[in-house]
Amino acid sequence: MVMRFLLVAVGPTDADDVFQESFLAALRAYPRCDDPRRLDRWALKIASRKAIDHHRATARRPLPTDALPERATGGPPEVDDELWAEVAALPPKQRVAVVHRHVLDRPYAEIASIMGTSEEAARANVAAGMRSLRGRLR
Amino acid sequence: MSGRDLRRLASPATADERARAAADHVRERALDDGLVDVAVGLVDGPVGELQVAVTGRGLVYVAYDDEDREELVARYAGALSPRIVRSARATDEVRRELTEYFAGTRTAFDLTVDRRLMHPFARTVLAATSRVGYGELATYGQIATRIGHPSAARAVGAALGSNPVPIVVPCHRIVGAGGRLTGYAGGLDRKETLLRLEGALPPRLV
Repeated sequence: MVMRFLLVAVGPTDADDVFQESFLAALRAYPRCDDPRRLDRWALKIASRKAIDHHRATARRPLPTDALPERATGGPPEVDDELWAEVAALPPKQRVAVVHRHVLDRPYAEIASIMGTSEEAARANVAAGMRSLRGRLR
Repeated sequence: MSGRDLRRLASPATADERARAAADHVRERALDDGLVDVAVGLVDGPVGELQVAVTGRGLVYVAYDDEDREELVARYAGALSPRIVRSARATDEVRRELTEYFAGTRTAFDLTVDRRLMHPFARTVLAATSRVGYGELATYGQIATRIGHPSAARAVGAALGSNPVPIVVPCHRIVGAGGRLTGYAGGLDRKETLLRLEGALPPRLV
């Protein structure tokens, strides 16, 4: 679940690193975990935060590395290249919310709790993200 | 553009494969960084494949292969800590001692036992059980007498049945009155195998 989230939320190039960091952070912080038996849920929450931080960090880098390495990981046809580029161009919170909703099929209440926002904000982020994806990809 | 297009960007199969590889790195790093409270490993032997778990305090459980492993891990995550990883490396010492025992070259375990999963009464019973040596037998009644509750033979049986570390705490050496092999959490066949291995029962002639 966490890996599938990260593959789309941060892209295939950095998914492994963020996955490792998320689980190690979950292990470090587990006494504060709401339900210790669900370490994966806890790790997903951390992964969401890290995905957003990751975008902010890469956005500050001078080179526009966002789309290229993802395309270079091979496999997907060109249609997906275009989709990847648009997904990568979404504002971080929208991208994360869209992935929770449409890749992992999470209910809005859960997305809100994972992202630490209200349910309305979760809906708004998903809707805005999907609107820009649909607007740019026909 | 639909949700289906997005899902196609990361198939569950690809994600699973990558998650497994990344999880191996997490395990190794977590062990190195001291972030692990429980390490789980497997040990092969004549009584089937055992799942063993160690904590910083010692060996915390030994489980026969007829128990659901995922469920065990979930149960112990609740009872001990969710910081559990599978690691052959961290369970090496237990594997070595058990393998020597199964080969007949070890008659006593040097492993420290973590008693956290034992109820208070079971701790007393299992401590008395640990003093029954290799190849020896004792009855439930004798153990009851040794712990100062001579009429508690039945409760002794129940406590032995709850033993989280079979083999290492040798509950298989405790038998019914007159030496009858009665209950064993791992099944009577295994009890018999262990007692024959120790020479407490004559070897079976084929």
